[in-house]
Amino acid sequence: MQDGNQIHAGFSDPVFQSQGAFRALLAALSEPGLARDLGDAIEAPTGLEPATAVALLTLADYETPIWLPVALRDGPAGAWLRFHCGAALVEEPSRAAFAVIDGAASEPKLASFNAGDDQFPDRSTTVLVQCGGLEGGEAVTLEGPGIAGHRTIAPAGLRPGFWAEVEGNATLYPLGIDLLLVHGTQALGLPRSTQIVGAR
Amino acid sequence: MTVHQSISDDAKPAYNYAYLDEQTKRMIRRALLKAVAVPGYQVPFGSREMPLARGWGTGGIQVTAAIIGPDDTLKVIDQGADDTTNAVSIRRFFERTADARTTEATDEATIIQTRHRIPEAPLKSGQIMVYQVPQPEPLRKLEPHEAETRKMHAWAEYGLMQVKLYENIARFGEVTTTYDYPVMVNGRYVMAPSPIPKFDNPKMQMSPALQLFGAGREKRIYAVPPHTSVRSLDFEDHPFRIQSWEQPCALCGAADSYLDEVVIDDQGGRMFVCSDSHHCETRRAEGHRGAMLADASALHLVEDKP
Repeated sequence: MQDGNQIHAGFSDPVFQSQGAFRALLAALSEPGLARDLGDAIEAPTGLEPATAVALLTLADYETPIWLPVALRDGPAGAWLRFHCGAALVEEPSRAAFAVIDGAASEPKLASFNAGDDQFPDRSTTVLVQCGGLEGGEAVTLEGPGIAGHRTIAPAGLRPGFWAEVEGNATLYPLGIDLLLVHGTQALGLPRSTQIVGAR
Repeated sequence: MTVHQSISDDAKPAYNYAYLDEQTKRMIRRALLKAVAVPGYQVPFGSREMPLARGWGTGGIQVTAAIIGPDDTLKVIDQGADDTTNAVSIRRFFERTADARTTEATDEATIIQTRHRIPEAPLKSGQIMVYQVPQPEPLRKLEPHEAETRKMHAWAEYGLMQVKLYENIARFGEVTTTYDYPVMVNGRYVMAPSPIPKFDNPKMQMSPALQLFGAGREKRIYAVPPHTSVRSLDFEDHPFRIQSWEQPCALCGAADSYLDEVVIDDQGGRMFVCSDSHHCETRRAEGHRGAMLADASALHLVEDKP
């Protein structure tokens, strides 16, 4: 366990562990709705799912401001990210390149993150939604790029109205935030290009 | 931390695995994820100096370097062939810097880096195509200013491209663009498919493979995820058509592959052969024989396994 002063180790083999995790993330966002395993290469700090920690260690650095819930920002997770990624932890959701939210918490809304602008839609926030599970919840049917026909997912532990927010995000396309639903060592991609067809 | 030395035991200074440093790979990886999330949109990235000249595939090499790992098998083609200069050099680059396993067989490869062709053998789910792109902006010849083309993409203002195709038809009776034929991706962005022949455009439509595009000199990355709509621009009364040939491949007899015309003497003699060298060899090994195979093997131009 981690006490207040101790920062856990990052990758033991940064080159290959980050490469493996990146390929899982690339597969997750290019085939939305399929859960991918990011591995258990590190011991995540309190408050971050293992997949969240691996994804941020793989992608974040001094160029990418990160938004965390206040409790995480001021706790070991914030210290861990500052130390390993050198990333700035920002207070305004709209300034973040990456954000971590609790899927069950009512705030912040997805719309408070940066959706990019029409000439640079790539400057939007990638939001990691830590949820109670990637199956066993309310079934939602997806369609769009990366999906042959339809795909049904049922992540658990998401706040009421979450899917309406996701639908609202998809209507902004090609703007919008990109979501990764994470639980344990797994991540499931929901990029802005994915449409919700059979919600609720 | 980023120097990877396990490739060989000798004391030569080692580059990082796959040449690029980890900070650069993270930057390219972030660009790739955004590219996948907005199919067809060109994501700017900080293209690095590579140990070969811009225009020789530096964009594709940087993309491959950012994704490749020990589990991958790499195939590199140049105009469909595995054995031409650019393909051989890039394959050797990754053998040396990433200890990469390489192959010429399309179905064995997990990453296929390509210049100007898509293999004839159908691509599979899980494979990644990496295209080398000289000019990522399909509108550049119509509008030289980046500030303007960026607005045209932002507002889906693609009338100029339709006018260009229309003028082609008005003047020549058909669209004369035969390579780098513009496509509409996911119904939103007009995209340059890189200088592949328009023969290959239909292979991009709903492909099960992930397609990544890297333009090193122009500093752009874009992508087409699997199962994504990629429609070649056309008109209802002038539908998109691919090239066709009056004769099959002279070596393997294939009537459905993309053929290169080869001048064989100064008497006007010529032959048509598959541009995809692995496809042609596979067919010959399966016993398919084209009209000129016997002559070509007698001159030791191809290996003929009877």
